[in-house]
Amino acid sequence: MSLKIAASCVNCSACEPECPNEAISAADGIYVIDPAKCTECIGFHDDPQCALICPIEETCVIDNNYPRYQPAA
Amino acid sequence: MELSEREVAEAAVKAGASADEIMKKMAEHKGCETNSDGGKKASCGTEAGQNDLAPEIWEKVKNHPCYSEEAHHHYARMHVAVAPACNIQCNYCNRKYDCANESRPGVVSERLTPEQAAKKVLAVASTIPQMTVLGIAGPGDPLANPEKTFKTFDLIAKTAPDIKLCLSTNGLTLPDHVDTIARYNVDHVTITVNMVDAEVGAKIYPWIFYKHKRYTGKEAAQILTDRQMQGLEMLTARGILSKINSVMIPGVNDQHLVEVNKAVKSRGAFLHNIMPLISAAEHGTVFGLTGQRGPTAQELKRLQDSCEGEMNMMRHCRQCRADAVGLLGEDRSAEFTTEKIMEMDVNYDLATRQAYQARVEEERLAVSGAKANELQILAGVESDIKILIAVATKGSGRINEHFGHAAEFQIYELSTGKGAHFIGHRRVDLYCQGGYGEEDALETVIRAIKDCHAVFVAKIGGCPKKDLLAAGIEAVDEFAHEFIEKSAITYFKRYLEGVKDGSIIHVEKGDAEIRPGEVAVDVAAVAAE
Repeated sequence: MSLKIAASCVNCSACEPECPNEAISAADGIYVIDPAKCTECIGFHDDPQCALICPIEETCVIDNNYPRYQPAA
Repeated sequence: MELSEREVAEAAVKAGASADEIMKKMAEHKGCETNSDGGKKASCGTEAGQNDLAPEIWEKVKNHPCYSEEAHHHYARMHVAVAPACNIQCNYCNRKYDCANESRPGVVSERLTPEQAAKKVLAVASTIPQMTVLGIAGPGDPLANPEKTFKTFDLIAKTAPDIKLCLSTNGLTLPDHVDTIARYNVDHVTITVNMVDAEVGAKIYPWIFYKHKRYTGKEAAQILTDRQMQGLEMLTARGILSKINSVMIPGVNDQHLVEVNKAVKSRGAFLHNIMPLISAAEHGTVFGLTGQRGPTAQELKRLQDSCEGEMNMMRHCRQCRADAVGLLGEDRSAEFTTEKIMEMDVNYDLATRQAYQARVEEERLAVSGAKANELQILAGVESDIKILIAVATKGSGRINEHFGHAAEFQIYELSTGKGAHFIGHRRVDLYCQGGYGEEDALETVIRAIKDCHAVFVAKIGGCPKKDLLAAGIEAVDEFAHEFIEKSAITYFKRYLEGVKDGSIIHVEKGDAEIRPGEVAVDVAAVAAE
């Protein structure tokens, strides 16, 4: 899985510098997460940093369209 | 012979031109029109200002409109909205809100990059030469955006070194940045401290983001207060002046703020600014939605008065936006949108700024000189009676606004002990509600100044005068265009004489609302609580 950012994003940019994978970038009026880079913060932190700092509820959430991230053995 | 700008400015100063005239001359010299709103350029003080401050402190605050009540009549500030991210959640804040017409902290029209901000500062500094202070106050937390904040300071320190830099923070990461703050010569830092007790804090802050974790409840509040107090102590140790902003939330932290006041004073805070909670359902904040009310005018005043013996209290805060531009109480940000700035051919002109500010200083001295004489009017008169008056003014320390045009009223407390003492202001304009009819307007004004015995105006029509009187407020227009304090004291002396000879029966007034246009506080219900 990866995280994704919903349209309710207020473009505050708080998540961007917190991402350990540099997976977050500004897009058209909202921020977006590159699922190819997102590791859900596994290997870095206990919880996804973007979701923890996001000020809007239900906006930075797990994207079930992607399989769970598997850290390299 | 072509004169330099500095020569034009100096010649104008020598010829005794007023500050506005200097700007006009400089504009003519450059072949352009100024866009100055002459009427709004205030140039008068209400407090002597210097008070009992040490000279080195006075030097730091004398041109800072937020740190000196007296300076706020003369000098302007601007905020640049380069810091959108925040690391805590507050129940009085809604991060979704972007509105051009609303006036409260955390609201902006557009966000800027540090480079855009630096250009905006130069554009404003060239257009408003009494703009002496650049603050970063959000719309999130400046220190949750340290790279953007310090990059902005860096650019401005290089291009406009005469501008004072300041920032306003929730304090959570303050201890990590105090050394950088000192390095950029930021000598004014505001910390928002709403509690020093985690029980109270848990009712104000749903969560904080700290060291890669989200904390909630009392644990969150404890970390926040510890970091705020540590940051304050570190600022004090480095000689950086700090102002403490506290949001007064009735039933949540109102009584507790007396303790906050003691805690911050003992750690060296310079000024305490207790502000009323702004809370309305349409703001979409937690407090707005739960119906948490803000304080009434008299509740706020009582709390400020009870802390005043402890330390300097700020009462002239307008709770401005994170992109405000101009004198406190005015907002000229619409003149400086990014689109307009990028088209401007900005020529940062220190000579004009200095010439203008020299003239402002002369006006300022004349006003404080006059004030010493005004207090003589009350010499020998003693009374326990204190009354409030509301004043319609657009600056210059004079009663020079028409009753119907006033967007805010300045409130003075009159007593034989202190003369005319500025205690705050009341907003009577409406935001984001589509305006209102004339009768509603009068009703709004009455709700805002119901605790006043009189309203001083430059002009007023017969009908509103009668309606005001019916509400127990005398409309006084005989001092039109005269100095506020001298007029107020003259009126007060006559009032006391009237009470003495029985021609006036003194009655205590009730309470009022601070922003009746936005916040519907039922004053009568509060009194009954």
